[in-house]
Parts: sequence; C-alpha cells; structure tokens
Amino acid sequence: MKRSLWRIVGPLVTILALVALNVLLPRVVNPYHFQVLMLIGINVVLAVSLNLVNGFTGQFSIGHAGFMAVGAYASAMFTLKLGQPMVNSLHGVPLPVAQGIALLLALIAGGLLAAAAGWLVGLPSLRLRGDYLAIVTLGFGEIIRVVILNVDAIGGARGLPGIPQYSTFFWVFGAAVAVIMLARNMAHSTHGRALFAIRDDEVAAEALGVDTTSYKVLAFVLGAFFAGVAGGLFAHFLSYLNPSSFTFLKSIEVIAMVVLGGMGSISGSVIAAIVLTLMPEMLRGLKDYRMVIYALMLIILMITRPQGLMGTREVSLSGLFGKRGPAKGAA
Amino acid sequence: MSEFLQQLVNGITWGSVYALIALGYTMVYGILRLINFAHGDVYMLGAFVGLYASRWFHAGQEPSPLKALLVLVTSMVICAFLGLIIERLAYKPVRKSPRLSALITAIGVSLLLENGGVLLFGASPRFFPQIVAQKNIQLGMGVVLSNQQLIVLTVSVVLMLALRWLVLSTKVGKAMQAVSHNHMAASLMGISVDRIITFTFMIGSALAAAAGVLVALQSPKIEPYMGILPGLKAFVAAVLGGIGNIPGAVVGGLVMGIAEVLVTGYLSPTYRDAIAFVLLIVILLVRPAGIFGKAVAEKV
Repeated sequence: MKRSLWRIVGPLVTILALVALNVLLPRVVNPYHFQVLMLIGINVVLAVSLNLVNGFTGQFSIGHAGFMAVGAYASAMFTLKLGQPMVNSLHGVPLPVAQGIALLLALIAGGLLAAAAGWLVGLPSLRLRGDYLAIVTLGFGEIIRVVILNVDAIGGARGLPGIPQYSTFFWVFGAAVAVIMLARNMAHSTHGRALFAIRDDEVAAEALGVDTTSYKVLAFVLGAFFAGVAGGLFAHFLSYLNPSSFTFLKSIEVIAMVVLGGMGSISGSVIAAIVLTLMPEMLRGLKDYRMVIYALMLIILMITRPQGLMGTREVSLSGLFGKRGPAKGAA
Repeated sequence: MSEFLQQLVNGITWGSVYALIALGYTMVYGILRLINFAHGDVYMLGAFVGLYASRWFHAGQEPSPLKALLVLVTSMVICAFLGLIIERLAYKPVRKSPRLSALITAIGVSLLLENGGVLLFGASPRFFPQIVAQKNIQLGMGVVLSNQQLIVLTVSVVLMLALRWLVLSTKVGKAMQAVSHNHMAASLMGISVDRIITFTFMIGSALAAAAGVLVALQSPKIEPYMGILPGLKAFVAAVLGGIGNIPGAVVGGLVMGIAEVLVTGYLSPTYRDAIAFVLLIVILLVRPAGIFGKAVAEKV
C-alpha cells in the first residue's frame, strides 16, 4: 500500500522539485557555477548510460562520444528544421512549455538515431569479445567524427552555430533522474540480472539460457540512446556544436567516470561524474599544470583503488536510514 | 601508373613507420593483454628527444650520417629507459587489477605525457632540424624516392630484422615468448616475469622512439599532441595484423600506410583519418582475429 502510493507521489515530488529548482537556481547561482552544474548533469547522463554497457554488461565500449555526437547533431538539426518553426508558430502555449516540447521531441529524435547507430555497430561487433569490441567502438567514434567534419550541411569543420538554448535545469536533471531510475530498475529486473550474468561469466550465462548477443545489443542500444540524449542536451545548452567536442578524449573522460565510480555502481557513476567535472574546474587556477595533475590523480586513484571509488556497492537513502538494508541486487 | 607507383612508395614508407609503432603495441599486448595507450606518446617523446639530441651533437648545423645515427640511438636509449620508468611506476602496480583499471591507468599515463610535454616543450609546434640534407633519387617510371624516405625504409627494415633475431634466437626473446604464452608456467621455468615485461616495454619504447625520429626527419613539425592519432592508428594496424603477432604488426602497418596514402591521393585527404578505422571494422567482421591472428577457442 505504502509503496504503491510512493510510486505516484515520488515522480510528482521529483518533478515539482525540478521545476522549483529550475526557476530558482538561475536566479541564485552565478552563471559560471550554473554552467558547471549543467555540465555535471549532462555528464551524469553520459556516465550512467555508459555504465549500462561497461559496468553492467562488462563490454568495453570506448566510442561513447560518437553516439553523443550523433545525438547532438541529429537533435540540433531537428530543432533547427522543425522544432524552432514549431515553437514560433505555437502562440497560445507559454514559451517554456513550447520550448520544452520542442526539446523533448529533439532529444527523442537524437536518442533514437544514436540508438540506431548503436544497433548498427553493436549487432555485428558484439559477437567479438573484449578488446576487439573496444577497438571497433573506438573506430566507430572516429569515423563519425570524420564524417561530421566532411558533411557541409551540418557545418563540417566550422561547427554548427545558432542552436536555440532550450536545455534548462529541468530537462538536464530530468534526463539524469530518468537514466538513473532506468538503470536502477534494470538492475533489479530479470534483464539486469541477465546483463550481470554476462559480465561475470559470458559462457556460463549462455549455458543457462541467456541470449547473450541480444542482451549485449540491448545494453548497447540503451547506452547509445542516452548518450544521444546527453548529446542533444549538450547541443541545446551550448547552442554551438563542433566535431572537436566529440574526440576520443571525450569518450575517455566518460570511461574514466565509470571506472572511477566503480563498474556497475550507479551511485558511483554519479559521484565520479560530479568529481571529474568539478576537478578540472577547480584546478583551473593552476593553468598548464591542470591537466598534468588531473592525469596524475587518475593514475594514483587507479593504483590505490582499482575497483573504483564505490566498487560495485551503491549509496541509497534507504540503505543509509536502515529501512531495507543495502541493495544487494545492484552488485 | 607512375602516379600509382609513387603513391605506393610513399605508402610503404609511411606504413613502415606505423609498423614500428605497432610492434610496440603488439608486444606489450602479447605479454600483458594491455592496450598501452601511452605508446603513441612515447613516439612523440622520441621525436622531442631527437630534437634535443641533434642540438647537443650540433647535427643540424653540420649534418653527417654518423651524427644522424647518434641522434637516433640516443633517442631510442632514452625512451627505452622512459618505458622502464613508466612500466615500473604506473603499470606494475595495476597488473593484478581488473583490465579496465589498467586501461584507464594507461590513458592516465598518456594524458600525463601529453600535458607534461606541453609544460616542458610548449604547446606550439617546434621544428626538427634537418639532420639529413634532402636529395631525390629517380627510381625510373617517374617514381621519386627521397633519401629521407630511403633512410626511413632502411632503418625500419634493420630494426625489424633485429627484433626478429632478438625474439626468435636469443635467450631473452625465448623468455618473452614463454611469458606471452603463460606467466605462471614461465615463472616456474625460472624466468623472471617482471624483468621480461620491463624489457618488452623498453624494446617497444625504443622502436616507437625510432619511429618518432624517422617521422620528424620527413615532416619536421613536432608538437606534444602529435602522438595521439598515429598511436591509435598504429594500434589499429596491430589489431589488423592480429594483435600479439609480430609479423602481423608489420603487415598491418604497411596495409594501413598504403591505404591512407591511396585515400589521400585518390579520394580526399579529409577522409584519411577515417580509412584506418573503416579498414579495421571490415577486417574484424571478416576475420575477427586479424590477418595473421589465430582464433582462440575459449576454455570453460
């Protein structure tokens, strides 16, 4: 009884809180801090979505920036061609709502295209194992970047300017909450257990009747979808896209978040996304030494805590308050 | 036809550089199952050490073959010791950790070398002195080979033959092969696995350094980020040939160099960076273990 009530109240409270913060934050926080906050939100979406592939399923994907790029460009083009005219033609609807709908549609479009790309890459290459998959995803990311560089209709090397700034706090953190909830529910479902089984021992999972290839493709497609959504949010936040934002280094950044947080730990990914977004910002005063220190910290963290900050454990409110005990299923 | 032959010559030259870098990747992978992302940066450091070495020996002002050789060897030796330091400080502590942690460590080392390079050498490109004066050699049928290309080819072939001799005919080489088969069994046979791993890193780094100097000879603009893309592509070359397989790395490198030059010449220079990866995906789909790789059945 209590839980079913919470099912209705929970999302409502979340949405209300997001709306309230959406109105409040830009007024209270200075623009620089607000920008960092938004980047944290986008990175949380990226890290948790990659965690579905790398952490849950144990597949090496190192081309996440490629999917992000697909989503970013697709959703930006969607808004420029369809969304913006739509917002301009809707007169009766309040502007934030009209822009929100346009953004939502663009994000879905971007996410779907990224998911399609994920399916296209995943289906043949997920039959490969381990490092080979890593290399194919790396190659895919680079190919996407080079193709974008060469297509003039989406700006090529000059970049794509003039994307309307529809990404607000509500949408960025709404997406973050959505991907976290999805990952959490997945971890506790049959499908999630199938993914964990594949990660722990692929041969054993297959022997127990898990259709490994289609589950791997599922994780891959879901990860790509949310990477595309994150790309869309990124595009509508910065209002300018350039292929150089989606290099191999961006993929690495996201992987670092997943590994640092602990493979398969959702809260770990969230914490690591926050830490790794803040760290370069905090080190900004050190100028040239910034990236050197960042690299050193990465190496030292990996040497001292190779399982990541959280391992496979989760931080959960109910765990903290001792209502249900630690969520073992997420391990 | 003569244009095609010319492209082929250029491709083979460029490919032999990839092959040298790919050898380091393939040897380290064969022994540790680690993708050493920092390898491309060792290649960059090789070029920079070469730059400083040619200043010490005044090789730019009064070029002589002996000095050029001295520059090459200095760079190789210094980078070999750099490889030793990297392996001991960064990779050895994570050897028993999950493989993705080791991968992130490698990426960390790569970022460290690149940004450390920016600190030490500055972010703007530097010019490598002309330690060999350029001369063109006519090969007939309109094909031209510069003496720098000739040097690149000769040095690569010599180094590859030396490596082949080292791996196949010396005690250390046999130990390397043993370690790549099975660490445990090798150590039971009295091989110091740690030492062999370090040695492999040193050899790989020396080869990458040689590649760095050879490239700087041809295209003298060097900068701290120059190693990223050639590093990735050389790795792809190693996978192409079958990773862990030494002749495979050489063939993969050559295929890659030729493909790149042909794409640049006949298609569009902007697609040059993509062809490597397209080639990779095609090969992996047809022959998942690479050209020379053996498909290994998984034991349960």
